[in-house]
Amino acid sequence: MKYIDEFRDGDLARGLSAAIRQAAVPARSYHFMEFCGGHTHAISRYGVADLLPDNVRMIHGPGCPVCVLPVGRVDMAIRLALDCGVTLCTYGDTLRVPASDSLSLMKAKARGGDIRMVYSSADALKVAQANPEKQVVFFAIGFETTTPPTAVAIKQAQALGLKNFSVLCCHVLTPSAISTILESPEVRQWGTVPLDGFIGPAHVSTIIGSQPYEFFAEEYRKPVVIAGFEPLDVMQAILMLVKQVNEGRAVVENEFSRAVTREGNVKAQNLVAEVFELRRQFEWRGLNVVPYSGLKIRKEFAEFDAEQRFPVAYVSVADNRACECGAILRGVKKPQDCKLFGTVCTPENPVGSCMVSSEGACAAHYTYGRYKDFQ
Amino acid sequence: MCLALPCKVVAIDGETATIDVSGMKKDISLALLDDVAVGDYVIVHVGYALTKLDPDEAEKTLALFAEMGEQAMAEAAREIH
Ligand code: SF4
Repeated sequence: MKYIDEFRDGDLARGLSAAIRQAAVPARSYHFMEFCGGHTHAISRYGVADLLPDNVRMIHGPGCPVCVLPVGRVDMAIRLALDCGVTLCTYGDTLRVPASDSLSLMKAKARGGDIRMVYSSADALKVAQANPEKQVVFFAIGFETTTPPTAVAIKQAQALGLKNFSVLCCHVLTPSAISTILESPEVRQWGTVPLDGFIGPAHVSTIIGSQPYEFFAEEYRKPVVIAGFEPLDVMQAILMLVKQVNEGRAVVENEFSRAVTREGNVKAQNLVAEVFELRRQFEWRGLNVVPYSGLKIRKEFAEFDAEQRFPVAYVSVADNRACECGAILRGVKKPQDCKLFGTVCTPENPVGSCMVSSEGACAAHYTYGRYKDFQ
Repeated sequence: MCLALPCKVVAIDGETATIDVSGMKKDISLALLDDVAVGDYVIVHVGYALTKLDPDEAEKTLALFAEMGEQAMAEAAREIH
């Protein structure tokens, strides 16, 4: 397929692999974090790690929206469906995320909750239009890629005068999560996991542009290379990071120039700014409470805010004690370090959120760890 | 859930575009993007086009991959001889 297969070519991959080997200085080691689950997926699926020299190590970051969704937020969605009797519309990925009391949205559905999977916020709006007698809530999760579609749905609901549509807003912001990782005491304490640079998000950057990362490059002296989600994109980004480190530079470079500009999608940014504002704080799975890292619906759109409309306050819930998701999302541990990995915890029966989505570090390693051949 | 493929726009009707995904047709929203034309490639996520693909930049990136690889292979060959 055009713009896909060319970026998976095996010969080009071998060439890039050789280039990385030559660029990496044997006497030093390189630790790069890929922030996005999409990159984690590509690295595992195409065996990119095997094409790297031993002194270049990739660390999985927290950029999978399902993985960072805390238990308490899923509990709110379940309470909306089971206690408040709403029709809950959700992206498929959230259905299996473990919640409190051994529940998940899937299990809540089996208990009689009206929970429906949708592919887009527009579909949730259609459900509300088709069922005027029901209150319909859209469980909105995700980073800057899914936020603009939610904003569009809220504005359309307002334009249509819908009285039975609202949104449980759990949208989070990429730059705040990256700063938290850089400032995290756990990572500093660990000491052995220094980060030499970041592979910046692909699709998130189509919306926010490459500009927001300039701050990291300057403030924290960390190079950032924005990269596409195909394996060759990831390898080229690694090569660019190695070169920056060698030269002592720390700037933002854009490998994904076919889709990302410095400014991003201004129309989408304006829509988001019109409908949402920053939350003082938001809890992330694995990163605890991160200040100004999430969005809430502006009071001008309060009638479309499920948190205003229904009695479902957020209650923080601790993760399963044996689950290492927190350490994995911070790049401190690998999936194989978790006692439950592949035994108690599998994609069919996830204990933690990193095993739920194919972009989660645990699920990616479980699924593709054994099939590392380049296609 | 962030994976999203570049898709070709085959028809446009107001804010709705029809895309072709390996022969399957699907309607998506253009609410986030202006200036899309039939024949353009867009990155589609959760039913919305997020951005257009720039064909010139795609070519440049591919050329860079090839150049980096060729240089490295030539270097490796020199080391062997
Ligand atoms: S293997 Fe399962 S329990 Fe262990 S860290 Fe991963 S998701 Fe959590």
